[in-house]
Amino acid sequence: MYSEEHIIRVEDLTRKFGSFTAVDKLNFYVKKGEIFGFLGANGAGKTTAIRILCGLLLPTSGKIEVAGFDVCRQTNKVKQNIGYMSQKFSLYEDMTIAENFRFYGGIYGLSRKDIREKISYYLHKLKLEKKKNAIIKSLPLGWKQKLAFSVAMMHDPKIIFLDEPTAGVDPVTRRQFWEMIYEVASAGTTIFVTTHYMDEAEYCQRVSIMVDGRIEALDTPERLKEQFGADSMEGVFLKLARGQN
Amino acid sequence: MNDFSVKIEDLSKSYKGVEALRGISLDVTRGEIFGFIGPDGAGKTTLFRILVSLLLPDAGHATVEGLDVVRDYRKIRKIVGYMPGRFSLYQDLSVEENLKFFASIFNTSIQENYYLIEDIYKQIEPFRKRLAGKLSGGMKQKLALSCALIHKPDVLFLDEPTTGVDAVSRKEFWEMLKRLRSWGITILVSTPYMDEAGMCDRVALMQEGAVMSINTPEGVINDHHRPLAEVRTDNMFQLVDNLVAFDGCYSAYRFGAFVHFSPKENQLEVKDLEEYLKLKGHSSIKIKMIRPGIEDCFMELMGVKDNV
Repeated sequence: MYSEEHIIRVEDLTRKFGSFTAVDKLNFYVKKGEIFGFLGANGAGKTTAIRILCGLLLPTSGKIEVAGFDVCRQTNKVKQNIGYMSQKFSLYEDMTIAENFRFYGGIYGLSRKDIREKISYYLHKLKLEKKKNAIIKSLPLGWKQKLAFSVAMMHDPKIIFLDEPTAGVDPVTRRQFWEMIYEVASAGTTIFVTTHYMDEAEYCQRVSIMVDGRIEALDTPERLKEQFGADSMEGVFLKLARGQN
Repeated sequence: MNDFSVKIEDLSKSYKGVEALRGISLDVTRGEIFGFIGPDGAGKTTLFRILVSLLLPDAGHATVEGLDVVRDYRKIRKIVGYMPGRFSLYQDLSVEENLKFFASIFNTSIQENYYLIEDIYKQIEPFRKRLAGKLSGGMKQKLALSCALIHKPDVLFLDEPTTGVDAVSRKEFWEMLKRLRSWGITILVSTPYMDEAGMCDRVALMQEGAVMSINTPEGVINDHHRPLAEVRTDNMFQLVDNLVAFDGCYSAYRFGAFVHFSPKENQLEVKDLEEYLKLKGHSSIKIKMIRPGIEDCFMELMGVKDNV
């Protein structure tokens, strides 16, 4: 079943907190270059699973490989090969755009020359060359979002984890953000994304839906809609997300 | 007595040169659910904080139940319930202690107005001894709403109660609000989720401190006159780019499993578009004229003419 092309492999992942099982025997894989949607109701166990995949929390049991490395034994290797961005944690508000890039570049061990090149590459791409020394908190949310994504991509990670990256942004910026996602995915970066916008679930190539610590459904949006007799992903989600139904 | 619960006239507020509110005016009718729909930075929180007397406006006037938000702040605080966007209950008090605390500062008791919160509080009552800080997101939200309601306010202000909340819990939350409305409480609620506009009696669409439209959800949609089609083909990845490059394109945006396309002209020649897409290598082309949703209208009002 597994091949070289599977950049995330999860076998029997379980995580308990005391007597509470937050994540219960997850089994799935993510293909290289795939846009993988990771959905679930609040409290379904998504955050716990993501923290384990990012090497921030150890599993209770299970075999998990991310970017070819074991999350339990090669945690630092995992961290070097992934990027992470969320609405809540992204950039340092009191630092300038360039300072944020330098700071993160430094953490990831990029050379000064590489950092300079990355800054000019991304600022050119975002048409923000003139704003290089602007303080982050003075910028509109849409720009911050795109900058945070660029900073998370700076060390050319194999996988980027996006945790509700578009929460609260306007509908146009939200779509521009997805165009950025498509662009990096087509260049081979794997996207692992969570969202509460059900239209965005349709933009993913495959979607998993967690309910009470388990993956209850995993397939392409098309096939999930077929399977659950719904005409949108929102319909699929509403049918699944309350475990008892 | 008029039928207005809230009157807002030309209200402005700036923070260090950043205009958070740019002179907005509107009225909220007594007993309605009025939605403020817009992204972060639209000015929703600033507006709510002024209306509940926690922030002074730079210019303009506002009244809540006839009380001036600046002059009558003491009276206003007695008659409004406010649920801020950020969880702001006492994390180191239990669920029950928080509720008791809010009841006692308003000189009431949990028993007196229990009927108002019963529906909501029932769901967290099994955890009444748990510290508020240890609750899950959904439970915190329910406790915060119970605390904002325990003194039976005339007007309830809910600042982004559903942000970061999953689609199912959001639906349940709106059903709770409809039940509260039936008790005669006027509800002002803000949200960045465009699809929630449909749950309100009237909405104000906001962007960067200004109101772009005030209407019923139906009215917002009826005011949108540009033709709109949903388009789907076998190659959704290329579709937006190809549509934007089409000669008669006004806008093309992804919408779930479709792309929403608007033509420059007041009419769309479906055949022409279909031919064009075939030429670009698309097959299984489906083009269907549709009624816009609130999100389509919002984007049209933002005045962005091209995709990306």
